[in-house]
Amino acid sequence: MYNQPSPLEVPVLTRRFRLPNSHKIDTYLANEGYQAFEKAIGMSQDDIINEVKASGLRGRGGAGFPTGMKWSFVPRQSPKPKYIIVNGDESEPGTCKDRLLMEFDPHQLIEGILIAGLAVGAHQGYIYIRGEFRYLIEHMDRAIDEAYARGYLGDNILGRGIKFHLATHSGAGAYECGEESALLESFEGKRGNPRIRPPFPAVAGAYSCPTVLNNVETYCAVPSIILKGAAYFAGLGSPKNGGTRLFCLSGHVNKPGVYELPMGFNLMRLINEVGGGVRGGKKLKAVIPGGSSCPVLKADECDLNLDFDTVAAAKSMLGSGGVVVMDEDTCMVKAALRIMRFYAHESCGWCIPCREGTTWLRKVLQRFHDGQGVKSDIVLIGDLSRNMLGRTFCPLGDAAAMPTIAFVEKFRDEFEAHLDGKPCPYEKKLVAA
Amino acid sequence: MADPVKFTIDGQELEAAPGTLVIEAAKRAGIEIPSFCYYEGYSLQAACRMCLVEVEKMPKMQVACTLPVANGMVVRTDTPQTRGARKSTLEFLLTNHPLDCPVCDKGGECELQDMVFRYGAGESRFTETKLHVDEQQWSPVVYYDGPRCILCFRCVRACEEGMGVAALGVVNRGAVSLIAPNGGDHLNCDECGQCIDICPVGALTSGAYRYQTRPWEMEHTGTICTHCADGCKTTLGTRNDQIIRGNNRDRSGVNGEFLCVKGRYAFDFNDHAERLQSPMVKVNGKLEPVSWAKALEVVSKKFGEIKARGGKFGVVGSNHSTNEENFYLQKFARQGLGTNNIDHRRTGDVVTLVDALSGTNGSLATTADMYERKAFLILGADLAVEHPLLSFQIRANYRHHAARIYTVTARAVREDDYAVRSIRKPAFSEFEALEELRGALAAEPELVILFGDTVKGPDVRKLVEFGQSLSIPVKYTALVDYSNSRGAIDMGLVPELGPGFHATGAAGLTLPEMLAAGDLDALWVVGENPLAQAALASKKAFVVVQDMFLTETAKAADVVLPSASAYEKNGTVTNVCGEVQRVKRAAATMGAKPDLEIIGLIAKEMGLAATMGPWLPDTVYGEIRRTVKGYDIPLPLVALGAQQTVPVNGRVGVDVRPDLVWSAHENLFTSGTLGRYSKILNSVIEKRSGAATPEQELARQ
Repeated sequence: MYNQPSPLEVPVLTRRFRLPNSHKIDTYLANEGYQAFEKAIGMSQDDIINEVKASGLRGRGGAGFPTGMKWSFVPRQSPKPKYIIVNGDESEPGTCKDRLLMEFDPHQLIEGILIAGLAVGAHQGYIYIRGEFRYLIEHMDRAIDEAYARGYLGDNILGRGIKFHLATHSGAGAYECGEESALLESFEGKRGNPRIRPPFPAVAGAYSCPTVLNNVETYCAVPSIILKGAAYFAGLGSPKNGGTRLFCLSGHVNKPGVYELPMGFNLMRLINEVGGGVRGGKKLKAVIPGGSSCPVLKADECDLNLDFDTVAAAKSMLGSGGVVVMDEDTCMVKAALRIMRFYAHESCGWCIPCREGTTWLRKVLQRFHDGQGVKSDIVLIGDLSRNMLGRTFCPLGDAAAMPTIAFVEKFRDEFEAHLDGKPCPYEKKLVAA
Repeated sequence: MADPVKFTIDGQELEAAPGTLVIEAAKRAGIEIPSFCYYEGYSLQAACRMCLVEVEKMPKMQVACTLPVANGMVVRTDTPQTRGARKSTLEFLLTNHPLDCPVCDKGGECELQDMVFRYGAGESRFTETKLHVDEQQWSPVVYYDGPRCILCFRCVRACEEGMGVAALGVVNRGAVSLIAPNGGDHLNCDECGQCIDICPVGALTSGAYRYQTRPWEMEHTGTICTHCADGCKTTLGTRNDQIIRGNNRDRSGVNGEFLCVKGRYAFDFNDHAERLQSPMVKVNGKLEPVSWAKALEVVSKKFGEIKARGGKFGVVGSNHSTNEENFYLQKFARQGLGTNNIDHRRTGDVVTLVDALSGTNGSLATTADMYERKAFLILGADLAVEHPLLSFQIRANYRHHAARIYTVTARAVREDDYAVRSIRKPAFSEFEALEELRGALAAEPELVILFGDTVKGPDVRKLVEFGQSLSIPVKYTALVDYSNSRGAIDMGLVPELGPGFHATGAAGLTLPEMLAAGDLDALWVVGENPLAQAALASKKAFVVVQDMFLTETAKAADVVLPSASAYEKNGTVTNVCGEVQRVKRAAATMGAKPDLEIIGLIAKEMGLAATMGPWLPDTVYGEIRRTVKGYDIPLPLVALGAQQTVPVNGRVGVDVRPDLVWSAHENLFTSGTLGRYSKILNSVIEKRSGAATPEQELARQ
């Protein structure tokens, strides 16, 4: 079981989570399970795609690309097989929702995949699961076995002449493989380096075949859209941001956890009303709104609605829904260092700016935090980040650069407080407390 | 052909075929867009980010190496933004690069140095500790210095795509990523060294060359590799008359930048301690050093005596010697000594092929054809092992033009990997597969047939008939062994044919017949080692040997004359495809003389100077142009690059003996006598077989 629910939640994707044996197919079938799929069988491919388009569903992996539009890029006529691939490589720091979706309602994911298969005419799907989620791979395998046993997967699904096969595929522990083209390389058994795009996966994805590749949460939203209609789903959220979203609230809050809330939910309400406020009655200092790659927001910037467009207008990103709350005792240099340590460790090494830039920044930030910083380092940190920004092969470089730039720009005073051999002021405070 | 695309780069209005990459279009217009990872002919990487350019209407800078030109595209390569990007990329690269340029082999010819010089910053802002890993030795000839590596992945692609070997990959990730060999800590590969050659920095270095010199201290001589018959250009770097490097970075010659292990490293026979440096004459059964004057006197006197009494000569030429030397030798034999007993070791049935082709639509294939023609039939040959350049060309053709390849061989060959059809047939029964392939081959627009020594004599005629019956243009290559096998035949080193395949009509002994003749009076061997495999029947024969080493034949000689190597003389050689190319003197060994000069001096000593003419390579080549059909190519043209000699048009009219055609099937690591005296080739072989350690080998020697 995970965190206690909040009364403010709107459970759509998570509505079965708290049922006993929620992961079993019987529980699923008794609670609207596979009804959307049966409905979709009666729909045309265009109807399914249009329904998803109308729902305003946007990719839950981080980029927020409209899902229906992505599906419509898959060529209808193709001599090659088509594939449905699920990005279950959840590894953005601060994000922990896909694991719950797979753990508590695996059949919802399978049903979403099946509907995607119908929409684009694919007969084979793969769930690429982060290697560290070993238990989840076995868990999903059992759910897939159940679906086969009950006729929801196979050569002749429900006796309706529909063919669809599904299998899991284990990642090997690289953050980079959450990037869709690197995931495909890894999936094909190669080193997880990103690919040159175009072509995009919809045209040439797995084994150069047309491929639909979405996040776990994105597929999980599909059955509700088909079953209850696009209007229902769109109506849950804010304009152009259909539905609900699983927000992963972590950091210095009283009630951290994963909460399903409508798109466009206010960030301050998330912290104070859903999360029970900042831990220990401390003052809020900053929030990372969508996982470690999103620029940090200062406390006074946090009164905003959590939808893709509003957060983007605030020069950050909604990302993967990982909301990291930091209180007044948090050292922002250390936060920047912690994040850069992650990216330097996870850079795949393919392109020069990311490979060398992340490592250099990690070293500078480490030295800086250790009290060995000089004033020119502050300029250097910003400079190096900007020299990576927009110049790397894949978005990992941007993901490392953007938050760093924000940390330096928004908390320059904290960087200056570390200068000239001074020890970190926050480390001291912790000791005193 | 689709309409050309019109676009602008740096204000120049340009046109190019659709699909042309911006970096290529710029290069053709004389605009340099710097890059490390982009390499013409290999797959795109977009990894180094050096080639970022500004494109109007695009928010971010774009990588020019993967961006195709489009109508109306406006590209700017030289702006504050692009200059800043290049500078910062180089700054990033130099953070972990060791800057050990003063002791780096690449210093002075390093692309990273040049890039930093042109685009980099004057000072470094990096004050942290650099990453370090220890240097690794992957094979006797390949070393990897990880910290210097900039991870451009050129080596990985040259090995996988260019060579079809895929011995290199990447391990680890991020800044600690490294290139790694397929054997874990060692290489299992062709040891071709192209990874070293293509490395823009000093990360991959050559076991033969490392720490030998600064590049600018060398002189560079472009000549032709003396090992196999493919005729690769190799640029020899010499210092103080010693060859210390072989490569072909100027990408000239039929091979572009391709070189195999032999062309790149196996020049070291040249400096072997056992090189002969003084003429020797046998006194009381023992070879004693003598002066050149004395040795020439002994030879000419004896030859003169034998000639005067109408004695029986046997003259053996070599398929390593230049055309000039072979022409001069046969002229000396036929006109000077009055004998037609002249031969060499025949390795491919070129004569029958040329004869069979007369009157058909078939012709001889060029090295360029291997890259350009649409379909190939390989009969009984392991190209990757015996003809590495032809194999490389066909592989590139498959990669770039989807060439269709058919193989009929006794064992699996590398070409099988991308062949349309591969058929296993034991040697000499390759023909049985032809009818099976007839339909597929006849459907091809054109075909090149390459065949080894299992197809000879009447089989060659049958093969040409088969080719003719396909009703498509067919080109042929009769595979031969050494650097000038083709030239040896063209120059008339066989009793039945004079230069240019003119039937001599006179009787003459073949090589085995000379060795078997109990009444042979003199055996003159120029650069060949026939007594390694056979015995000399005549006990009275006066044996003269011109060689670089004291071979089995030289040991049996009455007079040994030390000859210069192929890298120590000027002249021309003709490769397997009939392309005549120029060899140039790169080094010298004290005491040794080029065979042409030795033959000339013997002629002079015998009073035959007027008959023979001067022994200057260019003068002899002039005579070859006048005498040998197809060779009428001006020397300046030959010097410019390979020129295919025109095959004889018309019947040769003589059936040469197919039973005398045998290939030695030298592989990548063997090369007859030269290979035996190449320490580098031997060290590679030992490492591969694990048979003997270098110490054991030294003890054995």
